[in-house]
Amino acid sequence: MELLMSIVIGIIFSVSIYLFMSKNLLRVAVATLLLSHGVHLLLVTMSGLQRGASPILSFDAEAYTDPLPHALVLTAIVISFAVTALLLVMSYRTYKVHKTDDLEKLRGSADE
Amino acid sequence: MTLLHWAVLSPFIAAILIPFLYKYLKRIHTGWFVFILPLVLFIYFLSFIPRTSSGEAILNNLDWVPSLGINFNVYVDGLSLLFALLITGIGALVVLYSIYYLSKRKEKLNNFYVYLLMFMGAMLGVVLSDNLIVIYVFWEVTSIASSLLISYWYTREKSIYGAQKSMYITVFGGLSMLAGFSLLYIIAGTFSIRELVANADIIMASSLFIPAMILVLLGAFTKSAQFPFHIWLPDAMEAPTPVSAYLHSATMVKAGIYLVARLTGVFGGAPEWFWIITAAGLITLIWGSISAVRQKDLKGILAYSTVSQLGLIMSLLGAGSAAFYFQDGDSALYMTAILAAVFHLINHATFKGSLFMAVGIVDHETGTRDIRKLGGLMTIMPVTATISLIGLASMAGLPPFNGFLSKELFLTGMLNVTEYGIFNLEAFGFIIPIIAFIASVFTFLYCILMFSKTFMGKFDISKLKVKHVHEAPAGMLISPVILAVLVIVFGLFPNLLAYSIIEPAMAAIAPGILSPGEFFDVHITHWHGFSAELFMTIGIIVLGVLLFMTFKKWENTAFYRGEKDLFNAAYDYGYDGLIKGSQGLTRIQMTGRLRDYFIYMCTFIILIMGYTMYRYNLPLIQNLDLSPIPIYTWLVISVFVGSILTIPFLNNRIAIIITTGVSGFLVALLFVLFRAPDLALTQLLIETVSVVLFMLVFYHLPKLKKVKTPPRMKTIKLVISIGFGLMITLGSLSAFSMGQEANYESISEYYTENSKEKAGGYNIVNVILVDFRGLDTMLEVLVVSLAVLTVVSLIRLRFKGGEDV
Repeated sequence: MELLMSIVIGIIFSVSIYLFMSKNLLRVAVATLLLSHGVHLLLVTMSGLQRGASPILSFDAEAYTDPLPHALVLTAIVISFAVTALLLVMSYRTYKVHKTDDLEKLRGSADE
Repeated sequence: MTLLHWAVLSPFIAAILIPFLYKYLKRIHTGWFVFILPLVLFIYFLSFIPRTSSGEAILNNLDWVPSLGINFNVYVDGLSLLFALLITGIGALVVLYSIYYLSKRKEKLNNFYVYLLMFMGAMLGVVLSDNLIVIYVFWEVTSIASSLLISYWYTREKSIYGAQKSMYITVFGGLSMLAGFSLLYIIAGTFSIRELVANADIIMASSLFIPAMILVLLGAFTKSAQFPFHIWLPDAMEAPTPVSAYLHSATMVKAGIYLVARLTGVFGGAPEWFWIITAAGLITLIWGSISAVRQKDLKGILAYSTVSQLGLIMSLLGAGSAAFYFQDGDSALYMTAILAAVFHLINHATFKGSLFMAVGIVDHETGTRDIRKLGGLMTIMPVTATISLIGLASMAGLPPFNGFLSKELFLTGMLNVTEYGIFNLEAFGFIIPIIAFIASVFTFLYCILMFSKTFMGKFDISKLKVKHVHEAPAGMLISPVILAVLVIVFGLFPNLLAYSIIEPAMAAIAPGILSPGEFFDVHITHWHGFSAELFMTIGIIVLGVLLFMTFKKWENTAFYRGEKDLFNAAYDYGYDGLIKGSQGLTRIQMTGRLRDYFIYMCTFIILIMGYTMYRYNLPLIQNLDLSPIPIYTWLVISVFVGSILTIPFLNNRIAIIITTGVSGFLVALLFVLFRAPDLALTQLLIETVSVVLFMLVFYHLPKLKKVKTPPRMKTIKLVISIGFGLMITLGSLSAFSMGQEANYESISEYYTENSKEKAGGYNIVNVILVDFRGLDTMLEVLVVSLAVLTVVSLIRLRFKGGEDV
């Protein structure tokens, strides 16, 4: 399972990096979202998958899955949502102000 | 902390107080308060003479960072004391002079004296510390204080240029020196100079000996303005004259001399040390003296003359280092060189200090330092003219002044070199006295030129900007007169210094040559009989006078008309090149394209991760304990991978958003499969909101254009993204396998065990978030609320007359 997930995570990262290198703002926003998916899955995978019950004590199981990555990822999901929302609104404003969503044209002056 | 430590630190403490005194006691010139300190310190250091002259050395320890071998140990022996006396003695005179030189109404005296005191303290620190790192720290402080003083009139472009130049060159040297000190530490395991001297054999045998020596010498040579690093000193003359007199003739530039003298015990005896220092010194000597002749600015002449005299002292120290080659035997032969170095060091401080002050007076009263505009000042400024005459005669090496004595000793030292019979001196040795002779002729020449152009000839007020020229006020004359008197006194009675100051300093430069209780023979006389030195001196005077008489003939040659130093061009070219080069590099690197940044970052991440994994044979796949894959996960994962892989190929906005949404919901599903119910819930919630947000924004964004990427760029993008993905896959596996290999007890255990007992919750993840790591979660809320505020203000913000929604 971990091997399979590692490969899947690799694919997510590849696609995300590929999208990051495009010129379009919307694609970059999608890339950010995908990248955070990749990172979340990576964190969960690293500690091993499906090795016990859900980390809720009332299940009274012998072993629980590692709760720590879950806590980390939960935080990360919320933060990455904030980042995505900010990025989206930024791209919206950028387009409104500059009338373009082409990153090539949004570079600023050469001397900066 | 002993009294000696406080003595070193007292200028810094005074520097803190000065701005207050300046602010609240405006009616009294701030210099008077400053003046007390060097005077008291000078008297305090004088009290050490009886102890050092009996061969005793004082060491007071103070631990600073003992674990790293860095201790603020104050060490006073003959050499340190000589420098400490110069620093405080000349310092007191310079402060006194500056009181009359700098107007209390026009100048920012608080800045001036703070920098000056900072410099004084740092300089005392350099010469009184036993620890190389402490020396380095103080060394850099002198560089900083010096550039602050050079740029004291900071509105002038030339001052800034000179300050920067001195800063770059001396700090470059300082950093090299630090590297050299570190190498010494690697070899001998100590930063203490005394211990290094004791371990000189080990250091000499080490393969790092030459690199350490060259790095240390870079520091010494840049500070002491040795060829080709001398170019900063003439530009440093933009500083107010008291600063030039203090830093750039008597003290700071001698820090390099001090370092070489101090470390002679460590490096001395090696042929490389002998050759590098002697050669650098002689080249500096002759280059400086010839350049000085070409200068038209009085301070320019003095600057190059200082360069040349520093070269003289340096070459003597180089020649003297041979003493260590013959551990036993007759020491008189080469110790003459060291004697000459120490004696000339003192003499140079006296006559050059008085000359700088005299030039300052001329500048102050006439408003110019250009020798083409000056002339005939002898009758108008008789005292200044007398001071200059004494100083210049001493510098030119005329009897009965002190410069004559040390010049003779210098010639003896240089002649002795040919008799050493070591380091292949039979072959090239004869060049050394010849260079010394030629340089001395030019020294003599610029001395006469300087005096005749300024004080003799016709006085022409129309060339000057001022209406009346008169002698300087008495207060301004005190310091140069004292120094000129010293020039005569040391000249007539050199043996006043012989065993009180010079001999202890020599013993400190050449430790271990004498057995305890012995003393070097220091006997300085005016008359040695008809020796080679006497004939050389006569030759110098004759040739110098001849050149001066024929001045009219070579006045218009290209040699005299230009005054630029060749090496300045090299510096300027290098400086511009550095700026242009770094700008060019920045332009290549900072393109403003997100794509380029990603290419750089990802390439480096791939290379670093790839190398690390290759180096440590990761991942350790052999013994992976993988959990089984249930059949239904295949289904979820294939849909998931499929949706992700489609995204780059889509060119329709809504299709991209929906596909992204689908992949997000599948992530939630995966979380369910991985038994992470909390994650699944959060992911579902967030994904829903995200999709809604995307939908809202996309409405306002333009349609996606089908972008045509050039095939080359496409390949680069593909290679980088696939390579990155691969690295992440391998990294994930490595992390997993290493986690299993390591067999550490996970900190998760703590949370699982304590979540019910300590926090009273059953859902461990929730307990971690709101209880164990509650503060983190609170800060997370802060981050999210900041994002919300930004989003709201971005949506509501409108530029004047801007677009509407």
